[in-house]
Amino acid sequence: MTSVSVRDLTLRFGSLEVLSSLNLDINEGEFLVLLGPSGCGKSTLLNCVAGLLDISEGQVFISGKNVTWEEPKDRGIGMVFQSYALYPQMTVEKNLAFGLQIAKLPKDEIAARIKRAAEILQIEPLLKRKPAQLSGGQRQRVAIGRALVRDVDVFLFDEPLSNLDAKLRAELRVELKRLHQNLTNTMIYVTHDQIEALTLADRIAVMKGGIIQQLDAPLTIYNKPVNLFVAGFIGSPSMNFLKGQIEIQDGAPSVRLGENLMVPLAGYDAQGTLSDGQKVIFGVRPEHLTLTRDQTSGPSLPAVVELEEPMGADSLVWLRLGDQSMSVRTDSSSRFSPGEEVVITFDLDHASVFDADTEERI
Amino acid sequence: MAKVVNLNTNSLSAQSDAGDGSVAEGPRGEKPKRVLTRRNIILYGTLIVVALYYLLPLYVMVVTSLKGMPEIRLGNIFSPPVEVTFAPWVKAWSEACTGLNCEGLSRGFWNSVRILVPSVVLSIAIASVNGYALANWRFKGAELFFTILIVGAFIPYQVMIYPLVIMLREIGLYGSLTGLVLVHSVFGMPILTLLFRNYFASVPEELFKAARVDGAGFWAIYFRIMLPMSLPIFVVAIILQVTGIWNDFLFGVIYTKPDLYPMTVQLNNIVNSSQGVKEYNVNMAATILTGLVPLCVYFVSGKLFVRGIAAGAVKG
Repeated sequence: MTSVSVRDLTLRFGSLEVLSSLNLDINEGEFLVLLGPSGCGKSTLLNCVAGLLDISEGQVFISGKNVTWEEPKDRGIGMVFQSYALYPQMTVEKNLAFGLQIAKLPKDEIAARIKRAAEILQIEPLLKRKPAQLSGGQRQRVAIGRALVRDVDVFLFDEPLSNLDAKLRAELRVELKRLHQNLTNTMIYVTHDQIEALTLADRIAVMKGGIIQQLDAPLTIYNKPVNLFVAGFIGSPSMNFLKGQIEIQDGAPSVRLGENLMVPLAGYDAQGTLSDGQKVIFGVRPEHLTLTRDQTSGPSLPAVVELEEPMGADSLVWLRLGDQSMSVRTDSSSRFSPGEEVVITFDLDHASVFDADTEERI
Repeated sequence: MAKVVNLNTNSLSAQSDAGDGSVAEGPRGEKPKRVLTRRNIILYGTLIVVALYYLLPLYVMVVTSLKGMPEIRLGNIFSPPVEVTFAPWVKAWSEACTGLNCEGLSRGFWNSVRILVPSVVLSIAIASVNGYALANWRFKGAELFFTILIVGAFIPYQVMIYPLVIMLREIGLYGSLTGLVLVHSVFGMPILTLLFRNYFASVPEELFKAARVDGAGFWAIYFRIMLPMSLPIFVVAIILQVTGIWNDFLFGVIYTKPDLYPMTVQLNNIVNSSQGVKEYNVNMAATILTGLVPLCVYFVSGKLFVRGIAAGAVKG
């Protein structure tokens, strides 16, 4: 059953079209992440769902009800913001109670809901404090609590972890995932952090320029990005893009990356649609390449080591391949020195071929 | 080898052989502060001269107001009073004559209070809601409305004096305190609205959004979220309005009538009355009395004033 559904949503600020006829269906209990660079319209889309922005065209449904013209409070949503947005003059308890008091809930009901939320989020000792007396992580917990007490079907998160330091971000990320597993509410989560997206999401919607580029499960997006943008945005370190040209010999296509640099595409999904002489971009992630000193079986190419970046668990080795450069993720136990000649082996199951003109995956 | 040990041991042992190692040599600890540097002499010298320059007239006023007329006639305006008398103060407050009326400044004082309180309350109440609406509820035409309001702040108000006389006459408020309160409220509107708008615009937008998700409407957000956060800017607005309205002379003399003249107008009439001897001590006392209200406001709320002026950086 769908929980949130956006139909042909268009939003204009004056003559500028920020979102254009966008469609999105989110299943009940799903954790959907809107991912994209800043200015891609992901927060705008979330604000439209929340009812904080008036849309120009289209419809928004939440829990089967058309809420296009409803006020935010009547939409059955709770929202968590990047800057926490706690009311500074109120204690944590009053922050949590504020919305419920406005809704004129009975006192004991308010107290019960606050107690429950405080237990779930482990913020009971903080209830009498003011936001200024809390750390960033505690503030964000309270902000989540404020959404929790509203007892709603849909939670909206607008970059909730972006203001926290790296360690705290990782901790709260795990807590959020646990929270979602326990509560099974629908959650829509906006972020520009691909790690958050990959770890939390049931499905990710990658956005750019007000358009959803790809809407898929995290691993599908990681392994089979639909275009160059998605491929480059997801993954860290990012995917290697090598310019090349398709050559078909005896019905078997391969991609030429330079003089004496041919990668046969046997085993690649869509070989049939490739045409001879087609200009392509060959994309392969650093973790899907193997680096050896000797010739191995499988498609492989010679390259020269440029430099090495040790990162603890593994190392990133930068290589020159003809006149193009690329990176390979290697085991940190094997060290390479600049100028060394090595052999790269490709894992074609995880490679992508994009049309150089349309930038779409082939 | 000795140096390495030196670095690793505590400061006591480091001090003991401070002579041999280059690391331990030279100054350490707090830098000594010299009081009589050139910079300090110039800085404090200038400050003292400027302070004296501003305080001297006040000194002369206070001293003169405490002297009797015979002493004043001696002409030593800087000398302290030989015989301190408060009679000029009493006279200025309750006996000085303007025309036929001999009630002193007291009547003017109460008139001013009756003008001040409603004008300040009304103008700040309206302007704060204006500023809040302009900053947070971007209604259609908000920009235009704001521009018109700001343009209003730049038009010299002398231009509007006569039209306002006619308008007040037409609605029957000319020559009444209500009329003057209305004029003061209207003239305070542009600058106060600007003040409040900028303050509310500096409040994080997400706070406003969170309140909307929580179900708070226009007034609930204003009273329960915005107001409790904006004490500093209210203090600034109150100071601006209290001093502005209290010190106003022109509107008071134009839009009211002799019975209702505010304190400033009455002061002018006492000081400038051409009959009899010029009573300098009474005039000085009357002037200080008139200036006392804004002075008190500054003394009481000076700190909050500075904080409010600097309050662009309020974090949620």
